[in-house]
Amino acid sequence: MDLIVFLVFAVIAVVAAINVVVQRHPISSAVSLIGVMGSLAVLYLLLGAEFIAAAQVIVYAGAVMVLFVFVIMLLNAGTETRTGRSFIASLLGVPVLAALLAMLAYFTARIYPRGTEVRFGGFRGGTAEAVGRALFTTYLLPFEITSILILIAIVGAIVLARKELE
Amino acid sequence: MDSFIVISLIKIFVVFGALMTILAYLQWVERKVIAHIQVRPGPYRVGPHGLLQPLADVIKLITKEDLVPPYVNKVLYLAAPFLAITMALLSISVIPFGPAIQVGGYQTWMQLTDLNIGVLFILAVSSMGVYGIALAGWSSNNKYALLGGLRSSAQMISYELPLSLAIAAPLLVSNTLSLRKLVDTQDGWLWNWNLFHGWQYVSFIIFLIAAFAETNRVPFDLPEAENELVAGFHTEYSSMKFASFFMAEYANMITVSCMATLLFLGGWVAPWPAAYGSGYVPVAIFAAAGVIMLFHGLHPARRRDRLTFLPFGLILLLAAAVFLVPLTQSALLPLFWFCAKTGAILFLFIWIRGTLPRFRYDQLMQFAWKFLFPVAMLNLLVTGLVVAVFS
Repeated sequence: MDLIVFLVFAVIAVVAAINVVVQRHPISSAVSLIGVMGSLAVLYLLLGAEFIAAAQVIVYAGAVMVLFVFVIMLLNAGTETRTGRSFIASLLGVPVLAALLAMLAYFTARIYPRGTEVRFGGFRGGTAEAVGRALFTTYLLPFEITSILILIAIVGAIVLARKELE
Repeated sequence: MDSFIVISLIKIFVVFGALMTILAYLQWVERKVIAHIQVRPGPYRVGPHGLLQPLADVIKLITKEDLVPPYVNKVLYLAAPFLAITMALLSISVIPFGPAIQVGGYQTWMQLTDLNIGVLFILAVSSMGVYGIALAGWSSNNKYALLGGLRSSAQMISYELPLSLAIAAPLLVSNTLSLRKLVDTQDGWLWNWNLFHGWQYVSFIIFLIAAFAETNRVPFDLPEAENELVAGFHTEYSSMKFASFFMAEYANMITVSCMATLLFLGGWVAPWPAAYGSGYVPVAIFAAAGVIMLFHGLHPARRRDRLTFLPFGLILLLAAAVFLVPLTQSALLPLFWFCAKTGAILFLFIWIRGTLPRFRYDQLMQFAWKFLFPVAMLNLLVTGLVVAVFS
């Protein structure tokens, strides 16, 4: 049962991810990206990381992607025209992709040796309590620094936006 | 395992059927209440006091021609109403209507499923509901629809922040994310409710305001402002597709009312313990109504009153008797209190629609960002401090 759900949503995630690139219209790409986020949330949930799954939907699928869709709608972006493919891209594309996948497979196999089983629902660190404890004890400094970084980014964005007005 | 699936299926059918009926009749109630606020009778022709009006509306909406304009983006145009209604109905699955009950030796909760992250689940689902409206507006390829969709997504992003912050404060007081445990912490007397116990008046008011905006209700119904945008994001929709947006709005209204009940008003818990006779309140209400109806049935002012008031009086007396039977009492009493509290908030929704004018768009945004958000932030900060100091 878990395996079936996993396979279904893994396939949806991959297909939607490919669709993001293939689609010509920005809105269709954005909607496909929402599909990717949503199926990733289901995969987290399958592993037992319920809080992370909820955060994934609220933050990524809910907030970030709504902003994307909002901006695309606001600018009324039309269909993208396909530019002529560059020679280097068509030459290097497939080998680079293959190399990337091979590296991913190699390191995954090295970190998790043969026989390491994935137990659905086995992950215990995904509850709200566990995430909160980790954020405010072990990773307090990175957490706080990230929040300052985001604040700086907000201030920077406002400064850049004001500059254009003058 | 098998009995679990059977019980779950039965529960799903019961909840879905009840929700659909309530959706249909909520609209009748709204039309009636608004009508009486404006001193007119409201729906009156179909059935006694227009009681069959929802049925007539459903038949009308199903049999209407289902237009798909040629200039729309077909896939998204068809997906949008589906998305809106699915997300609106999904969140009801985690809402508990009452405590555990015994059905034929099998114990089950009056709730479809309990998640440890129940509150977050509702937030997540409601944030996905924005897409239904935004995509409907965009895919219709119509300027009014686009403006409606834009307004609605901007409004929902803005008001989601104070909403989440207002929800976080009572969660701090109750110290749980599970909706079931949330109610357990508010058991006992009226002043154990989060609203009074945790001094959550500010959160409650912020939650209500943001909830009005999230459900696109008056005074925040700018996405469908008739005088500027025709019908807003659903201008190009007809028949059942229009109906799904309509149903989604009412389903969202019910969800946020249930949330307010669970978070602030103690859920299915009676205002005072059953030891002090709170169990007799519904009995008294139903019995009094039944006796009054019987009296008027026996002394009819009009000839047909003998036919209508007598049976209804007997039905109400029967309902009062059902509340006294120990077997049904344990299930019906929590349900009664839950429905009473949720119904009161739903009435507030309708009352405000009949009272307040619509905001202007810039006022709406300024109110969200410059007033509601800072106040919600401050409220969360103070609540957190108080909880940290006193626990």
